[in-house]
Amino acid sequence: MWRDAALVAGKDLRVEARSRVAINQVVPFALLVLVVFAFALDSDRDTLTRVGPGLFWVTVLFSGLLAIQRSFVIEASDDARDALRLSGLDGAGIFLGKALAVAVQLVALEAVLTVGVVVLYNVRLHDPLLLVLTALATTVGLAAAGTVYGIIAAGLRVRDTLLPLLVLPVLAPALLASARACEAALTGAPGDGWPWVRLLFVFATIYVTFGVVAFGPLLEEA
Amino acid sequence: MTTPPVRVGTPTTRILGWLTAVSLALTAVMALVVSPPDVNMQDSVRLLYLHVPTAWLAMYVSFGVTTLASVLYLWKRTRSRFWDLTAGASAEIGVLFLGLTLLIGSIWGRITWGVWWTWDARLTTTAVLFVLYLGYLAVRKVPATPEVAARRSAIVAVAAFLDVPIVHQSVEWWRTLHQDATILDERRLLDPQIHGSMAWTLLLGVVAFTLLYCWLLAHRFQLAALEDRFADRQLQVAIDERRAEAVTS
Repeated sequence: MWRDAALVAGKDLRVEARSRVAINQVVPFALLVLVVFAFALDSDRDTLTRVGPGLFWVTVLFSGLLAIQRSFVIEASDDARDALRLSGLDGAGIFLGKALAVAVQLVALEAVLTVGVVVLYNVRLHDPLLLVLTALATTVGLAAAGTVYGIIAAGLRVRDTLLPLLVLPVLAPALLASARACEAALTGAPGDGWPWVRLLFVFATIYVTFGVVAFGPLLEEA
Repeated sequence: MTTPPVRVGTPTTRILGWLTAVSLALTAVMALVVSPPDVNMQDSVRLLYLHVPTAWLAMYVSFGVTTLASVLYLWKRTRSRFWDLTAGASAEIGVLFLGLTLLIGSIWGRITWGVWWTWDARLTTTAVLFVLYLGYLAVRKVPATPEVAARRSAIVAVAAFLDVPIVHQSVEWWRTLHQDATILDERRLLDPQIHGSMAWTLLLGVVAFTLLYCWLLAHRFQLAALEDRFADRQLQVAIDERRAEAVTS
């Protein structure tokens, strides 16, 4: 299973590295969203600093949707999904591989966006441990849940509109938890943040487990 | 050849229908005439005789049945079309009544709190739940062969159900860690602080709406089963036509 996961993740990341869609389109889109939020709210720095964590995670969520859609678009061309089905790879392995590839891209994106909010929103970072654990748990949860719903929507004519409808409500608690945890870290009250991080880990565990169990059957009929 | 019209009602559903109608009428009389206005909420309390039963019907009964039926569908030993149709029918009723719950709730909120919406933990959970099941219904509508659609929908239903406790926990903390306690806790309505005709009206409302659910479910299920048969027959007709073409040409 793990070997299969590594193979699939390697393949997806190689495709991304060569096509440069993530770096040329998704990252600029994410930065653009940060700028758009500044337009929508106020150039008043206090407002942006205060709502920074929330905006950061909303941006990650929207860009993450693009990454998840990409992850299944690359399987759609040339009947790659059929090849994946026939490859004899373990369903759970394919799930873990695809989720891992999405997670790696999200981590890179979060790194860029962190610089973005520090520079554009004047956010000062505190409690790196809490921030890193929050980001880690959220990324794993987002990638896992996104991959589960990605395969459900993949191959359907309505996938571009169906995926956000399915994923956003499911990810709502993760968004809430990560925004609150980061807010707690940044406002210097890390004690408030730890329950949220625990919730995020529970969320990630549930959806990783669910994906490992359900991905095989879902792939077969996608 | 004309086929006789299919009757969707059976004696059982007809009795159920009458019981539902009578109990709903009784609830209306109790809620509008018999029960007194509340000390604080005045007449707006009467909205709650609708609000609480619709919430109960949608969140606990409908989505509970959808989840159970989906699990039974996914479990190989009990897999049958019956559970898939039940899950879909129940979710449709659930979404309808959850929409009504939100609507009635916000009308009541406007009167009592002065706002249509407040980010109270329960309201937020309910709103997320509503969107989750809208997504489930959207997945059901996506065209596919019946088996594929059924399995896909069942998995989405289970995934949605898994999310409910997390959503609930997160919004609960969100409100308690960062905001004052809510203006009015709905739970107060359900604990035995309320007495007499108000409690009876509420209880009657819950019974009436549960009956209504059973009646709607029976009919919605039957309709879905008929649609299924219709699709099968259309397919058969199409196949026969192609065969006839092959013979004549």
